[in-house]
Amino acid sequence: MTTIARTSRGEWAARIVLAMLVLLTVFPFYWAVVSSLTPEARLFEQARLWPDAWTLEHYRALFDERDFLTPIRNSLVVAGTTTIFCIAFGTLAAYALARLHFRGRAVILGFILAVTMFPQITIVSPLYLLLRELRLINTFPGLILPYVTFAMPLTVWLLVGFFRQLPRDLEEAAMVDGATRWQAFTRIVLPVATPGLAATAILTFLYCWNEFLFALSFTLGPERQTVPVAIALFRGQYQVPWGEILAAAVVASVPVAVVVLLFQRRIVQGLTAGAVKG
Amino acid sequence: MITNGGDRRLGWLMLTPALLTIALIAVFPLLWTVWESLHLHDLRMPWRGRPFIGLANYVEIAGDLRFRGALVRTIAFAAVSVTLELALGLTFALAMNRVFRGRGLMRAAILIPWAVPTVVAALLWRFMFESDTGIVNAVLTSVGVLDSPVPWFVGSISAWVPVVLSDVWKTVPFVAILLLAGLQNIDRSLYEAAAVDGAGPWWRLWHITIPLLRPALLVALIFRTLDSFRVFDLVYVLTGGGPGTATEPVALYTFNTLLQNLRFGYGSAMSVVIFMVTFGIALLYIRLLGEGERAASGVS
Amino acid sequence: MATIELERVHKTYPDGHVAAAELSLAVDDGELMVLVGPSGSGKSTILRLVAGLESVSAGEIRIGGRNVTHLPPQERDVAMVFQSYALYPHLSVRDNLGFGLRIRKQPRQLVERRVREVAESLDITRLLERKPAQLSGGERQRVALGRAIVREPQAFLLDEPLSNLDAQLRVETRLELARLHRRLGATMLYVTHDQTEALTLGARIAVLRNGLLQQVADPLEIYRTPANRFVAGFIGSPGMNFLEGVLRDDADGTQRFEGGGLSLPLAQRRSVTGEGEPVTLGIRPQTLTLMPALSTDEPGTVRGVVNAVEQLGSEQVVYCTTTGGERLVAVVAADAAHTPDQLVSAFVPPDEVHFFSARDGVRLHD
Repeated sequence: MTTIARTSRGEWAARIVLAMLVLLTVFPFYWAVVSSLTPEARLFEQARLWPDAWTLEHYRALFDERDFLTPIRNSLVVAGTTTIFCIAFGTLAAYALARLHFRGRAVILGFILAVTMFPQITIVSPLYLLLRELRLINTFPGLILPYVTFAMPLTVWLLVGFFRQLPRDLEEAAMVDGATRWQAFTRIVLPVATPGLAATAILTFLYCWNEFLFALSFTLGPERQTVPVAIALFRGQYQVPWGEILAAAVVASVPVAVVVLLFQRRIVQGLTAGAVKG
Repeated sequence: MITNGGDRRLGWLMLTPALLTIALIAVFPLLWTVWESLHLHDLRMPWRGRPFIGLANYVEIAGDLRFRGALVRTIAFAAVSVTLELALGLTFALAMNRVFRGRGLMRAAILIPWAVPTVVAALLWRFMFESDTGIVNAVLTSVGVLDSPVPWFVGSISAWVPVVLSDVWKTVPFVAILLLAGLQNIDRSLYEAAAVDGAGPWWRLWHITIPLLRPALLVALIFRTLDSFRVFDLVYVLTGGGPGTATEPVALYTFNTLLQNLRFGYGSAMSVVIFMVTFGIALLYIRLLGEGERAASGVS
Repeated sequence: MATIELERVHKTYPDGHVAAAELSLAVDDGELMVLVGPSGSGKSTILRLVAGLESVSAGEIRIGGRNVTHLPPQERDVAMVFQSYALYPHLSVRDNLGFGLRIRKQPRQLVERRVREVAESLDITRLLERKPAQLSGGERQRVALGRAIVREPQAFLLDEPLSNLDAQLRVETRLELARLHRRLGATMLYVTHDQTEALTLGARIAVLRNGLLQQVADPLEIYRTPANRFVAGFIGSPGMNFLEGVLRDDADGTQRFEGGGLSLPLAQRRSVTGEGEPVTLGIRPQTLTLMPALSTDEPGTVRGVVNAVEQLGSEQVVYCTTTGGERLVAVVAADAAHTPDQLVSAFVPPDEVHFFSARDGVRLHD
């Protein structure tokens, strides 16, 4: 068997595999979208790939009766604020760890990596008791504080990967030109590292948007629940309101999908910069 | 780089806010959990106070059949999921490596399952497996794989199927992209040289691709094993741990003990056990990764 | 402009590697000194020590007489041209050039004027609004130079500035650098691994090996009287030929070199080495004469076989192996008839040979 003949056969096999991958990936979403536009009564009838009756009743109910905008607002506030804090503190820490030499650097890096591997469940109870003492249960700060701890190591880890990839002589040139370390950092390193910062911010935001355990544990009611919690706790009067649940799932997924499509290259850069380095 | 005092001071200054945050709200709670695990602390019975009971909680865990079952189930779940994810992820990565057109769009499309909340993924899959006329039952019976629709969430074993499938669906894209990055780092001329020497595709896969992909594979293995072991969101929404406790992983049992049964002392002890196991797995893998790198650099 | 002085500068890394060993060097005001050596010799490290990008383990560095040993780079008033140019990618050429002055809070008009002047002198005015990514290699190099010149520093440090350019551009830029140096009268410490650059550019050359200075002298002196075997082999292309042997005293009071198939009578005593002491003989390829092999080993000649011939147009380079098994390279006229496997005899002129101790490579004075 010559390699050349196999190449085109191999290429076809690859295409088929990928087509299957895309199909399997997309199908659950397709099914959810289609079902969310199907009247409740028809949902568990004979399954049809393309429905013959359309309705927007689930989406309407979502926003009118269930006030789905509130969890969306909550998620935006919490994820947004957390991301801002994480980027602000994390950028400084990551630069120090990536570039500056001081004793204990390797230990701290290892420590941060270790914290990313913590099982969240391990610190839920003390955080719960602490937040209860501080009367922060079911408040924004009550979520942002734990979120920052859990997202920060991830942010720092990703940013260290990005900073390490920057060529050293840019900062060195700046310093020989007359800049202090700090000036070199703010005027040269930060602007050049902007793509990396953006990727990290996106990943951090997604991480917070998707978080469930802390949000479940530290909120009590719809006023402060985030999107994942709100969807999970949908209750119907008589039966599970699948139509509305799926509508909510679609609404929760669309912004994520948009972000991923727009920034896919940055996101992949961010993931692989930290990970491939090992 | 210059290592003068100014740099050192600046370094610590820049590090402090982040480090303090992590330490304060990650390390101290961890220590607190350990301390708490040595006490009796049941919020339903506040009159009993919070006496120090040493390792009594851990003794109770050792005899707790439900915990043992959860641990076994979690390990089994991790083993099955990770194996599937690595195998499928590698297959897809190899396929993506071959095909050039539309790569960006493809990467974006398959990243979406990874990017959506786990809760959403769980709900999508629950819906598909729900009811006799859910899409899965409908397709499988009409195709003939099943004689009659299966009540997936009622059986102890069958309930695991949607759990494993949804976990694999959600994370295979991430593994594929990670491995794809690793594949792209492999010099094409190695394959060409082997092909000229007469090596077939399986040989090339086994002797070139997999050894050179070893660091990326190990990284994927570490992350996925740890994530599988900590699984919570998925099961909570998909099966609630049911039927009964058939699909209950350790994290869910601990959560129920803490925030539903309000047994903080006992739950803390469970948390510590989970932490130790996670830590052990992580250490094992990091050691393997280090050895792997040493071996790889020796070979090349 | 100012002098650069390194006094007993020592640099050891934590893993034990010694990059600079008790090194003392002085660059005169307005001089272009080239620091040359193979990779790993420590030359870039020394440059970075002078710039302040690395700290010394011991010793003192003075610029313009001022002790800068413990000062950070921004306070040393030197400018550095990096091998990769290190242009700020997010700034325009204009902002790159003006960065140093603006960071020192110089008045805007002064900055604009200087940037304009330097851009004109380097012929990059039309590039001022572009970003570094849009420039060619040669253009980037000029911007890197311009960035240094604008600051009017006390001294210039150049780290292999030509190594990223293609061959033709390298020659042109070399000439431009020499011109620039003359015009500015600047003190320059120039690092390179290319011995041609060293010979053509430097007023003085400092040859470095493993962190130790081998010789500091002007190009001609280094070429004609290399201080040790390493310098002799490093400077000059093709490299000097070496034959191992011994010096023998002859009855009439003269000396004779014997080794490698060569027996060379020397007119006067060339060294104070004792009889039978092992020495290394060095002879440059350009001074050898090749002729068809003689039937015997006449004194002053060595027989060998041609391995390869490289025709350069202006001359030929002939690679041989002697009967003693040593490699011999000769540069001869372009039209001389030499072919591989030809048997030749090489005539070694006794006035052109160098002798080095076989033990430590040091030059044995005549």
